[in-house]
Amino acid sequence: MTLFPRVTSPHGHAPQRTDQVMLRVLLATLPGLVALTWNFGWGTLINIVLASATATACEAGVMALRKRPVRFYLSDLSALVTAVLLGLALPPLAPWWLVLMGVAFAIVIAKQFYGGLGYNPFNPAMVGYVVLLISFPIEMTTWITPRELLPEGVSLPGLWQSLQLVLPLPAPTDLAVDAFTGATPLDSFKHNTGLLTEQFYQQTPLFSEAELAGFGWEWVNLGFLAGGGWLLYQRIFTWHAPAAMLAAITLLSGIFYDGGSSTSAGSPLMHLLSGATMLGAFFIITDPVTSATSNLGRLIYGAGIGILVFVIRVWGNYPDAVAFAVLLMNFAAPLIDNYTVPRTYGHARAKRATVKKD
Amino acid sequence: MQDLAIILVSAVLVNNFVLVQFLGLCPFMGVSNKLETAIGMSSATTFVLTLAAMSSYLVNTWVLVPLGLEYLKTIAFILVIAVVVQFTKMFIEKSSPLLYRVLGVFLPLITTNCAVLGVALQNTAKARSFVESSLYGFGAALGFSLVLVLFSAMRERLAVADIPEPFRGPAIGMITAGLMSLAFMGFSGLV
Repeated sequence: MTLFPRVTSPHGHAPQRTDQVMLRVLLATLPGLVALTWNFGWGTLINIVLASATATACEAGVMALRKRPVRFYLSDLSALVTAVLLGLALPPLAPWWLVLMGVAFAIVIAKQFYGGLGYNPFNPAMVGYVVLLISFPIEMTTWITPRELLPEGVSLPGLWQSLQLVLPLPAPTDLAVDAFTGATPLDSFKHNTGLLTEQFYQQTPLFSEAELAGFGWEWVNLGFLAGGGWLLYQRIFTWHAPAAMLAAITLLSGIFYDGGSSTSAGSPLMHLLSGATMLGAFFIITDPVTSATSNLGRLIYGAGIGILVFVIRVWGNYPDAVAFAVLLMNFAAPLIDNYTVPRTYGHARAKRATVKKD
Repeated sequence: MQDLAIILVSAVLVNNFVLVQFLGLCPFMGVSNKLETAIGMSSATTFVLTLAAMSSYLVNTWVLVPLGLEYLKTIAFILVIAVVVQFTKMFIEKSSPLLYRVLGVFLPLITTNCAVLGVALQNTAKARSFVESSLYGFGAALGFSLVLVLFSAMRERLAVADIPEPFRGPAIGMITAGLMSLAFMGFSGLV
C-alpha cells in the first residue's frame, strides 16, 4: 500500500483541468451578462438557457453516435461555453429556432465533425453566428433599444412576455414589438450620411445619452472587459492576442478618425466599446484551440483580427465584423503557427513546423 | 490608380476565385495536402494566370474581334492557355532546371484549372483594358494562392485530427472549404 500517490511532474498547485478552465470562463461572462440583461431585458438569459440545452443535447447525441462516454465529454463544459458565448452574441428575443439552429450547427458541424474539443479549426460559436447572420440577416440585426432610451410609456417585455415572443406561444397582445427594437450604435453610425460626428452624436440618443460611446453598449463592453481582466489575472490565457487586437483597432480608428469629419470612420472609443469588441477580444480570440499557439503567433493573430474587424466595419457591408474576422484568422492560424515556431532553448531556430521530406 | 487598386482587392478578396466564385476547385482540393506542394502550385499558377490573362486579351483584341469570331472565344482561350502553359514549361525547363524541378509536376495541371479560363472570359465580358486584364489575372492568382496556402496548412492539421470515420479525407476538406467560404462573405461590400 502506498501512503503517498506517485504523481509525475509538473507539480502544479493550481490544477487547470479543462472543466475548471471552462467554468472560470463561464463565470467571467457574468458582468457582461448582467449588463446585457439590465439594458436589453430577459432575452439574453433566455438565449443562453435555450442554447445550453441544445448544445448539451447535440454533444450527447454525437458522443452516443460515436460510442464515446457521454458523461465524460459533457463534464468538460466546453459545449456549455460555446452555447453561452453564442447566446451572448445573438440578439435578445431572437426566435427559438434561430438559437437552436445556430447552436446545433456550431456543435455538430463546426466542432464534432472535426473530432470534438481540441481539433476544431474554427471557433464553433462564431461559425454558428456567421451561418445565422448570412442565412437570417433580418432576425440577426433586430436589436433592442436600451431600457433607459425607450420612449415614454414603453417598457421592455417582462419574463413571461419575453418567453411568449421567443417560444412558439400565442404572441402577447398588449405589446408593440416595433416600439422597443432599434439599431445598435455601430449600425446607426454606419448610416450616418454627411453629418459631422459631433452633430450625429447630438442627433442620436444612443450616443448623446452615453457616457463614453454607445448607450448601454459601453457597459456591456466594460463588463466583458472586467471579466476578461479577471481571466487574464487567473492566467487562463496570455495577454498577447487581446492586446494586439485592441491595439490594432485603436491605432486604425485613431488614424481614420479624421477629426470627426463627415466621412469619419468613428472614434477609437466607439470602436473599442461597441458591438462585440470586448467579447471577441477576451472570450473568442483567446480560445486556445483555434488561435495561434506561440506568443509571437498570437500577436500576429490578434493584430490580424483587429485589422479585419476595423476594415469590414468601416468599408464592408456588415455593421460588426468580429465573427468574420475571427473565422478568417482561424483559417490563417495553422500557417501562422508554421512560421512562428519558438526556438527551443539550446537549439538553433526552427524554420517551419513541418519540413518537406523527399 | 484607384481603379486598379479596386480591381486588385476585388480579385483577391471580395470575388475570390475559389471561395466566392467557386472556380479552380480541383487544384484547391487536389494539391492542398501538403504546404510545400501548395506553395509550388501557387507560384506556378500565379505566373501562368497572369501571362494567360495578358495573351488572351491580345488574342481577343487583335485576332477574334477584327475577324468577327468572338463566338469562338472559349475554344480560342483554351488553346491560348494550353500554349502558354506548354511554353512556360519548355522555357523554365531550359532556363532554370531548379525551378522546373519545383514546379514541373504542376505546370501541365494548370491547363485544367478553370480559374484560368474564368479570368480570360470575365475580362472580355467586362471589356477590361490590357493593364486591367493583366492586373485582374494577377489578383485572381494571388487570391487563389492565398487560400490554397492557408488551406493546405490547415489540412496538415486536419490530417492528425480525430475526425469521425465518414468525414475523413476529402469530405472534411469540402466542409472546411464551405466554412472558409462563409468567412469570405464578410468581405462583401468592400469595393
